[in-house]
Amino acid sequence: MGRIVIDKESCKGCSICMEVCPKHLIHPSSETNAHGVNFAEFKDAKNECLGCAICAHSCPDAAITEVYKS
Amino acid sequence: METLVYKKPECLKKDGKFTFCPGCGHGVVLRMIAELIDEFGIQGDTIAISSVGCSIFLEKFYDLDVAGASHGRSPSVATGIKRSLPGKFVFTYQGDGDALTIGLNETIHTASRGEKITTICINNTNFGMTGGQASATTLVGQVTKTTPTGRNPEYVGYPIHAAEMVAKCDGAAFVARVSICSPASIKKAKEILKKAFEMQIKGIGYSFVEVLATCPTNWGMSPVDSMKHIKDDIEKVHPTGIFKDITQTEAR
Repeated sequence: MGRIVIDKESCKGCSICMEVCPKHLIHPSSETNAHGVNFAEFKDAKNECLGCAICAHSCPDAAITEVYKS
Repeated sequence: METLVYKKPECLKKDGKFTFCPGCGHGVVLRMIAELIDEFGIQGDTIAISSVGCSIFLEKFYDLDVAGASHGRSPSVATGIKRSLPGKFVFTYQGDGDALTIGLNETIHTASRGEKITTICINNTNFGMTGGQASATTLVGQVTKTTPTGRNPEYVGYPIHAAEMVAKCDGAAFVARVSICSPASIKKAKEILKKAFEMQIKGIGYSFVEVLATCPTNWGMSPVDSMKHIKDDIEKVHPTGIFKDITQTEAR
């Protein structure tokens, strides 16, 4: 089980995190940030997140600021 | 009990957002460098030399001392700083347009002199900041603003292979080429960057790491497709690997 924290104002919606997440838990938000970007949103209803931090290491904008594992 | 497994590096400014295009490879490499500076605990002893191109904005993102250099001349500025302050960790952060096209002379001579600095060269096979003109590393057939029908070797020649060239210099201690086209290759790239940093921290010699990075805007691809483009096309022309490591040769 894990959880990530996304800084939505740093996100540019490049969708690399959505591609690399092994559980496909990151999706584009229906809302937009100050840049008008549909930022990445973390949705984990079934507690599937592994806390692997692959998303954080692949993010080109360091927009995934924290990853927790429990 | 929750444990923190990843945190944005301290070396990156809290309010310093990357100003690159969406999906740009620069951000990944800048973050890896920041993580390594945190790991080695050398934030107060590091001087970064920025170059001209998309790689110029280091002082916007890093909580470090940064010196600017004119186009292609970062290794020369780094040489001066390292020779006057030998206790500092000095690295240059350059693109392929800066280090391998305009400033190839400086890159080769700095490697030959064996200056105890580290050069990180982002190779995205074009001049990104000025709109995607061809550089020395542009692939044969690649469409850029200055090669609209694809790079024609009959007219503009063949791409240069920088890491192989620098590895031939007697003064170079560690030379490698890495790519950041997948989570696995990003992990490997960080290990190799760590080795390159150690070469300077231990006072062994000059280290050069070329990073194959994405430039989705100028390649006209989506960020995800441009990562595939590195794996499928660019790595075939510019193969990844360690080309020189004098510590390994001595061990043999």
